[in-house]
Amino acid sequence: MKLLEVKGLKAFYRQTQALYGVDFELEEGSITTILGANGAGKTTTLRSISRMVRTEGEIKFDGQDITGLSTEKVAALGIAHVPEGRGTFVRQSVEENLHLGAYTRKNKNDVANDIDRVYAYFPRLMERRQQQAGTLSGGEQQMLAIGRALMLRPRLMLLDEPSFGLAPLIVQEIYEIMARIRDQEKASMLLVEQNANIALNLADQAYLLETGHVVMSGESEVLRNDENVRKVYLGY
Amino acid sequence: MDLFLQLTLAGLAIGSVYACVALAVVMIYQATDHFNFAQGEMAMFSTFVAWALYQVTGSIWLSFLIAVALSFIAGIIIERVIVKPVENAPIFNQIIVFIGLLMIFNNLAGWFWEHTTKTLPSLFPKHGIDSTLISTHNLGVILFTLLILGVTFCFFKFTKVGLAMRAAAANPDSARLVGVSVGWMLALGWGLASAIGAVGGVLVAPIVFLEPNMMSGVLLYGFAGALLGGVNSPGGAVAGGLMVGVLENWARQYVPGGSELGLTFALILIVGVLMFKPAGLFGRVIIKRV
Amino acid sequence: MNRPNPITRKLAVSFAMLVFVGIALMFVASEYTAYQVTTALAYGIAILGLNILTGYNGQFSIGHSAFFAAGAYVSAILITFAGWHPYATLPIAAAVTFSMGFLFGFPALRLEGLYLALATFALAVATPQILKVDALEHWTGGVQGLFFDKPDPIFAGLSVDHSLYLVTWLVFVVLMVGAWMLLHSRSGRAIMAIRDNPIAASTMGINLALYKTTTFGISAMLAGVGGAFFALANSFVSPDTFNFFIAVYLLVGSVVGGIVSIPGALLGGLFYVFGQEYAEEFSNLSEMIPPPWVTFGVLLILMMYFAPFGIWGAIERGWARLKR
Repeated sequence: MKLLEVKGLKAFYRQTQALYGVDFELEEGSITTILGANGAGKTTTLRSISRMVRTEGEIKFDGQDITGLSTEKVAALGIAHVPEGRGTFVRQSVEENLHLGAYTRKNKNDVANDIDRVYAYFPRLMERRQQQAGTLSGGEQQMLAIGRALMLRPRLMLLDEPSFGLAPLIVQEIYEIMARIRDQEKASMLLVEQNANIALNLADQAYLLETGHVVMSGESEVLRNDENVRKVYLGY
Repeated sequence: MDLFLQLTLAGLAIGSVYACVALAVVMIYQATDHFNFAQGEMAMFSTFVAWALYQVTGSIWLSFLIAVALSFIAGIIIERVIVKPVENAPIFNQIIVFIGLLMIFNNLAGWFWEHTTKTLPSLFPKHGIDSTLISTHNLGVILFTLLILGVTFCFFKFTKVGLAMRAAAANPDSARLVGVSVGWMLALGWGLASAIGAVGGVLVAPIVFLEPNMMSGVLLYGFAGALLGGVNSPGGAVAGGLMVGVLENWARQYVPGGSELGLTFALILIVGVLMFKPAGLFGRVIIKRV
Repeated sequence: MNRPNPITRKLAVSFAMLVFVGIALMFVASEYTAYQVTTALAYGIAILGLNILTGYNGQFSIGHSAFFAAGAYVSAILITFAGWHPYATLPIAAAVTFSMGFLFGFPALRLEGLYLALATFALAVATPQILKVDALEHWTGGVQGLFFDKPDPIFAGLSVDHSLYLVTWLVFVVLMVGAWMLLHSRSGRAIMAIRDNPIAASTMGINLALYKTTTFGISAMLAGVGGAFFALANSFVSPDTFNFFIAVYLLVGSVVGGIVSIPGALLGGLFYVFGQEYAEEFSNLSEMIPPPWVTFGVLLILMMYFAPFGIWGAIERGWARLKR
């Protein structure tokens, strides 16, 4: 089943257009990645889904048009966005950050269980549960951001460059956990990355974005083996 | 020694009122990065509403509670209707809107209730305790303020809405992404600030007399308290408010010319503290990793 | 030889036009109107100071009533106790308030944005109290304040109010031109660079402390000169004339006129005096209409919604659209 369908998406920052008619879709339970260089429009695509920029075109989540909703309503539908820069609530504690992730949920017991589940994925967060989140390292903040997204019990996770600014070992650790999350939670993810190599390893489907246009799409395998992609984005 | 104690306790009482105003100011500051210059006038107006209700109901507690509730609602409405349109405007424009509000409330009060001073009875009984050190009203003010502050603290620390309000203030974009309606959190903040201001107004009215300009001095002391304690620390703001009240009372007695220069003293305090501790005495320097 | 460039020519034309308008107005204005405009100009001069400080240098002040008061009192004291000619007191008022502003500029260096606004706010609130202090009563006249005569006409046949109006107008025009030249000079670019990006400015070798304190001094000086003219126009000073609200009016005039502009200062002063008068007339229409300050408050809020860059900003934008 198609969980997310995007057709003819155009996005604007004031007068400046950032996306020029982007189409893509995402199957429930799968991971789709959007690759591209700086300024290609990857972040804008995610921000369009979360209704943080002005757009034209169609965005359907689970068959429902969401373009008329506010950001907080989109979140309430079960779309968890891990934003660029991680969006940590720096002055709140780690645990408060996780509670905020579950803001739209009512059942307190479920939330408590989910917090334990997040700690199981990220034992490092458990150690720092009472610490001010702003004092965490970059990698820990990225883990916290993913944990916060999980707290929503999301039907779809939007991940904006989880590898950004992190050491390769940490990136590897985070991607391993993401793979486990996919397997155990049957989570659907829309993953935006500059690090094409690692994203293609994880994703089922991939789209290549250049200056606001989709220039290529297909199974991750297909893109990985494409000569151009290999030269430009994978570097071998 | 008795005199010193008396001064200190009376200072704590008036300081409690400053603490209320300081807390209201800090609350809006944390949510929006603005100082609401109309906070004092809004509190004054609420106090007049309590007074008007008292004329009708004859019960000060009932009037007080209704006035606080009305102030809460009014605060929300003011945010939604008047402040929201300039949310993204330059800072000067927002200040001017606050000043406009200040003028409106100040003069509406004068228009409705005239500029003669009124007396509002104390919330607390006349002959509760028998002490030369402190009046029952002042003792009541101190205890009641502590109670209010405790409740406010618990609200922010332990409730979901309180946490969401803090999150919305600290990082609005992120808060939206987890489903918090930031606009309503701001409105709620205004409502709470306005309600707490009303509490301060009703507490101070028996001490300073009820008239349209009664809060201008209190607001300045409230600002001084907020800055002294640290504008990003509600607890600090409260401590700051209490300290300003006590210091002011001491200054009036022990500093030559202190009785006329109360406000000047507050000025020196503000500038002095800001020079050496820009984040206030209890202000947290936010640690941030990039 | 320097060829006059178009900008200098524009300035010269504006200057000539303003002087001409000022003189022309004098013939049609009644004595009372002349007095009102003088008051508006006095505020306007102070607002000019505020525009330079806040609009161009990015430092807040809601305490300019303190410098306004200081200028007024310096003039009043020199006239009353030293018997000086009223106009002769102006340079002294300017010098004193410049020094005050320059000195206040140092603590201001450590304060940013709203903190500075608050410190200056406190200054504004404290001013009337300081003026009332017993120890200074001999000089300030305490609560009563000081009374003196308005300056004699500068030439025969002119009324006292018209004469003062003319002098104020000419001084204002000269100060506006001075401000224009300052802001379009090398120093002016430094002043604005500090507002836009203090760190970048300092890496380019701009001495932040010197520029900021000097700008504060100049701004306070303009407020002081405005205050001195205000005192002359009213032939009277008292502590409660210079309450915190004067500081607010100055800020209001500044934002309403257009805070990042020079002509805005003139418009702001006029708006303040005449807006108040119209609000008053409006309130007198019926018992049901709230008092003038309520109307004025509503007017202010509406201005912020519909003309966020002030009157001059709206004029400039309208003009730019017409030219397109």
